[in-house]
Amino acid sequence: MQPTSRIQDTNSSACVIAHNLDIGYQGEIIVPQVNFELTCGESLALVGINGSGKTTLLKTIVGLLPPIKGEIRVLGNPPGKNPHQLAYLSQFHDSGFILPLRVKDVVQMGRFTEKGLFGRMTPMDEDIITTSLQRMGIEDLRDTPLRLLSGGQQQRVYMAQVLARQADLIVLDEPTSSLDASGRELFSRIMDEERNRGAMLVVATHDIQLAAECNQAMLLAHEVVAVGPGKEILTPEALLKTFGIVLLYQGEDKGIGIIEREHGHN
Amino acid sequence: MLNALLAGVLVSIACGIIGTFIVLRGLAFIGDALAHGVLPGIALALLFGFPGILGATVGALVMIGGISLITRRSRLSSDTAIGLLFVGMLALGVVIVSRSSSFSGDLVRVLFGEILGINPGALVIQLVATLVILVTVIICARPFLMLCFSPEQAQVAGFSASLYHNIMLALVAITVITSFQTVGTLLVFGMLLAPAGAGALVARRIQTMMVWAAGFGSISVYLGLLVSYHFNLAAGASIVLVATLIFFMVFFLRSRPLSTFGSHHIG
Repeated sequence: MQPTSRIQDTNSSACVIAHNLDIGYQGEIIVPQVNFELTCGESLALVGINGSGKTTLLKTIVGLLPPIKGEIRVLGNPPGKNPHQLAYLSQFHDSGFILPLRVKDVVQMGRFTEKGLFGRMTPMDEDIITTSLQRMGIEDLRDTPLRLLSGGQQQRVYMAQVLARQADLIVLDEPTSSLDASGRELFSRIMDEERNRGAMLVVATHDIQLAAECNQAMLLAHEVVAVGPGKEILTPEALLKTFGIVLLYQGEDKGIGIIEREHGHN
Repeated sequence: MLNALLAGVLVSIACGIIGTFIVLRGLAFIGDALAHGVLPGIALALLFGFPGILGATVGALVMIGGISLITRRSRLSSDTAIGLLFVGMLALGVVIVSRSSSFSGDLVRVLFGEILGINPGALVIQLVATLVILVTVIICARPFLMLCFSPEQAQVAGFSASLYHNIMLALVAITVITSFQTVGTLLVFGMLLAPAGAGALVARRIQTMMVWAAGFGSISVYLGLLVSYHFNLAAGASIVLVATLIFFMVFFLRSRPLSTFGSHHIG
């Protein structure tokens, strides 16, 4: 176990650091003892079933939930102090089906932090908005009302908003949940591009394939089951502990094997 | 009659802007609670000879304070807090009224407004309130838009969700407080919901929704006053009735896009 003081010692380029962190809602711990470190240009996947603590950890990182115990530094500050460097895509957007907004209006919101209350949108902002739309393959939907889009299209719009923020740390809660195969492919390409630009990514997902593409993965089941390089820790045993069930592909002849845990999660 | 029309249009503009946020953010219940919560304040003010608007302000403050206190200090949802205070304040209002038989006429005016007998002073107050609302909404346009989109996104983007939520509640309170003289505390709620609801059905952008809502509201005021004059009906109630009818007309005319909207929910 490392000494508590190491968080203060770390320079600001070591970007997200959690040390002995207990996270949860209103004093009730959901995941105790979270420890990880993320440097710039790296990605971290959070893997686990619904209710395993993925969203809780994401909300703690972006500053929507105060940590219950322990320490967390985000880009050299406590969470929530770097709105200009942070982008967050939350899981549910019920509002998408009600709000009278065009696709462009939603993506434009990605520039609000930079512009403040009164800053005018410049041609540069327009360029950023257009590029974000193009990258998500939805430029032709620019003037379409949001509420006429399918769930998958809306998810692309929200992702374009995240891109328009040009953030150093991008936090995504199940960004591929309503995307089809081509959407998922696009998404993993976008993740690569963002990482190459030097941004950090923290992604909660059910998608083991997506998790394996990240530099680090964390398996969550109301506790940290494992954390480390994806290829090393995404083992059948660890996945079994995380999900309670695992499919094993045993070559062409033997087909698929299923391991199931006797007891579910508490 | 001209004063009544002017006051009604000012109320329509204020209610169109604020009603848009109430509809988009699902704040209907809290708006309703505020509209009824001001009753004991007004009743007490009239009882002791203070201006009704002062009592309404105090009532609204108690209501908002109470709701945030209960939601923060307990695990009860804000629905429960709002519902409880709503009924409590309404009961208090009726209790105060029942102590004194002398001002039941005043009470009717508080509940249903006295748009036909509106005085220039009230008209000025209404004008100032509408301007305050307009300017505040222009200043807070970006954070308010983000609040409608997602309070969490607003917070992460560096716009304090609680600060701008409270500003929005204050604007709702101002609208309710100043409108009680024209359409009354019972009926102001109809002016907040019906035109904005109709606007939501036709508008593609939030700004145009506000314009539609203010327009629908103003038409309701005009037609309502006309109907009440010719058939000798209660003016405030006629206005709200027209607004509600307009909502249903728009609803049935636009019912095809609505069904597409429903199928997206499933798909």
